[in-house]
Amino acid sequence: MSAGGSDNLPWWVTGLLLPVLNVGLALAVSALVILAIGEDPLGALGTMLRGAIGTGEGIGYTLYYATSLIFTALAVAIAFHGGLFNIGGEGQAYIGGLGVGLVCLALPGWPWWAALPLSVLGGAAFGALWAAIPGWLQAYRGSHIVITTIMFNFIASSLMVYLMVNVLIKPGQMSPESEAFSASMFLPMMADMMATIGIEMDSSPLNFSLFLALLACFAVWAFIWHTRWGFALRATGANENAALYAGIDPKKVIVVTMALSGALAGLLGVNELHGVQHRLLLNFPAGLGFTGIAVALMGRNHPAGIIPAALLFGALYQGGTELVFDYPNISRELVVVIQGVVILFAGALEHMFRPALVRLFTRRAQAAAKPAGA
Amino acid sequence: MSAAPPPVSPAWAVELVGIDKRFGPVHANRDVTLRFAPSSIHGLVGENGAGKSTLMSILYGFYEADAGEILVRGKQVDIRTPQDAIRLGIGMVHQHFMLVETFTVLENLLLGHEGGPVLGPAMQRARAEVRELERQFGLEVPLDALVSDLPVGVQQRVEILKALYRGAEVLILDEPTAVLSPPEVEQLFRILERLRQQGRTVLLITHKLKEIMAITDRVSVLRRGQVVAEFITAETDRQALADAMVGRKTSLSVDKAPSHPGDVLLSAQNVNVIDGRGVTTLKDACLNVRAGEIVGVAGVAGNGQSELLEVLSGMCRFDSGTVTLKGQEIHPATKYDAADARRRGLAHVPEDRLKLAVIKEFPAHESAILGYHQDKSLSKGWRLNWKQVVAKTVSLMEQFDVRPPNPNLRTSLFSGGNQQKLVMAREMEREPDILLVGQPTRGVDIGAIAFIHRQLVSLRDRGKAILLVSAELDEILALSDRILVMCDGEIVGELSAAEANESRIGTMMAGIKDAPVAEGVPA
Repeated sequence: MSAGGSDNLPWWVTGLLLPVLNVGLALAVSALVILAIGEDPLGALGTMLRGAIGTGEGIGYTLYYATSLIFTALAVAIAFHGGLFNIGGEGQAYIGGLGVGLVCLALPGWPWWAALPLSVLGGAAFGALWAAIPGWLQAYRGSHIVITTIMFNFIASSLMVYLMVNVLIKPGQMSPESEAFSASMFLPMMADMMATIGIEMDSSPLNFSLFLALLACFAVWAFIWHTRWGFALRATGANENAALYAGIDPKKVIVVTMALSGALAGLLGVNELHGVQHRLLLNFPAGLGFTGIAVALMGRNHPAGIIPAALLFGALYQGGTELVFDYPNISRELVVVIQGVVILFAGALEHMFRPALVRLFTRRAQAAAKPAGA
Repeated sequence: MSAAPPPVSPAWAVELVGIDKRFGPVHANRDVTLRFAPSSIHGLVGENGAGKSTLMSILYGFYEADAGEILVRGKQVDIRTPQDAIRLGIGMVHQHFMLVETFTVLENLLLGHEGGPVLGPAMQRARAEVRELERQFGLEVPLDALVSDLPVGVQQRVEILKALYRGAEVLILDEPTAVLSPPEVEQLFRILERLRQQGRTVLLITHKLKEIMAITDRVSVLRRGQVVAEFITAETDRQALADAMVGRKTSLSVDKAPSHPGDVLLSAQNVNVIDGRGVTTLKDACLNVRAGEIVGVAGVAGNGQSELLEVLSGMCRFDSGTVTLKGQEIHPATKYDAADARRRGLAHVPEDRLKLAVIKEFPAHESAILGYHQDKSLSKGWRLNWKQVVAKTVSLMEQFDVRPPNPNLRTSLFSGGNQQKLVMAREMEREPDILLVGQPTRGVDIGAIAFIHRQLVSLRDRGKAILLVSAELDEILALSDRILVMCDGEIVGELSAAEANESRIGTMMAGIKDAPVAEGVPA
């Protein structure tokens, strides 16, 4: 309906040209960094590209990372429309994963299709609870959501270490991992599903969760722009006083928005644990909660933008892994640098080119209007 | 007020010649030529969007004109920034003051003119210079008081003093009386007179024609970016100015029949509101509003009217007392929010449109359902029925003549008057039994004002109860059947329409409870 876009740029400029410019600049800067290390930038970027989308396996991995990123980015987006900057997606995903794990551990022998709704519910509920607490603190106690959500990331991390080491660890083993879920409830792998309908696909961690992520995109879109609750959420986000005037309780909306945001982040656990790891373990969100912020920014907080942005970042993750493999001089840290540069240009410096483009297009519009007006 | 039109001076203080400015498709100024004489007060009137502000912003260096030139004291100049304007002796007092509230008056005056890293000597120099200016123009301000502690009238004097301290020969005042009480307005006018006597030029932008008539020497009328008329003030009248502004015959008065009040629909008994700092912002408010009458609440802005509206509309809790809505009592403990109020047939057009009544970023059709989004008729199952919403908006826009009638346009792109018409349409559409209206015509064009007034009177005539809060005394006097006056959070008096006049209300607004009857001073 009415997403983003504050000035009068044509949609394709904000939707396509700007992101392409930003990513292009980010890659150019990355190339300079690679050059400075003494490696061939074109070769390195080529390796990344091939690694991400050059093979069936690579594509599978890219989509698998994108799945997790869609969940965490949707979490950021829905909070953003409610006027809240939730940077606690990492912690919410972590605690959400705990919910997924506990549900899966509690249902030994269940078939996957019966376990999935419950593990989704478990992940969503735990994530929602973890996000609703900072939401409540902001709404009723005035503590700032940015501070509290980032604190809750640390608390989540410590809590999980405690639980994994002392409570949930499989007895008689050194590494802090739980018992494996029963094999019957493993989510189907994409390669296997495709094989049943006769399409051959390289094996990868990509699993049924991708469909869940796409479903979540649709659900978030419908919720935000096509329901009364979404209207109340956007009204609160845009102008809390006007919401109050409209008979909406902004405090309640803030808590509910955060709960929904946390629930979406919590679904990362379905992909990572129910889909791939098949057990509870430490550090499975692996920064995807944070990267979700960049994905949401780049996707302009709209599901239709988040999907391509998640694909881009998924490709960066996967391509980066390949790069480290092939180039001994390039370390894992450099890949983080490249991702960082993309985040910087696509996220933080999102508005760098905008003023110039606005000038360019208003001048064009003026030129077009002049003959008619004079 | 005594001064005759200025003597023809050898040179103009400021000349704007052939100024042209476009913003994209909007042609804000078309070939505007205006000349301002020294030792004069020149009024600039026009409806919203007529191009007054753009023109003054060009003169003050906020915008650059696409074409045309500016001459100051006969010399062509290039004004690219406000600093250029200040150097050329042009000062501006904005409608919203540009003061640092946590600084003292003297520190504000010095801001940007410190003249070095050490403040001490500069402060002393400034103090002496400012004292001299104060004497010269009769502009007393407490130099060491914090700006936040000063009433708005004094803050405005600080702004004027700031401009003069920077050497302003030409002073632009943008809607200077919007926030002032009648006595403060008089004080401001005395200062402006003084400025004129001392040879300065004052450009007064206002939509209050009475003020134009009272103080200016000449007046220029802008319409759609063009100068359509220029008058010597003494040779014209309000009607002629209004007609020139709108471009057709207008009606400044409201036709209304005597009221026939019915049952009390809304009442308040001893309602108190204590804000977060422990200040009682609404004190023992008692009032009754009957079906079929308009009760006006007069008062200088910030004297409890906002709190009164917010309590009655369910936006703000009250601490003691009782509100009765169509016979149902509401106590401080009763659950009563804006949604409950609407369900019970109370609609609310708030004072601050942009802050409360619409969401600037939303398209018009979304602003048009604000407060009514829960309405079953606008939903289809779990979904909002956007088709229905848009259709409804189109019909609201048609009934209230909202222009442009485009339901998908972003709300902020409508002019203030059209936003207000949309809000009025939304709130009146469901035939509420009680309507609370705050500042219904603030920032609204003359043409639209008459329309809005007619709508309010016709709602009254349909037997609805209306509580009207307005800072415009004319509006209160024109519409109200009964008038309450508020001062310092209290309702200090009540007058019937017949016994009310401007001076009587003005005295009560200043907090003098039992105003002596000031006979023979018609408004």
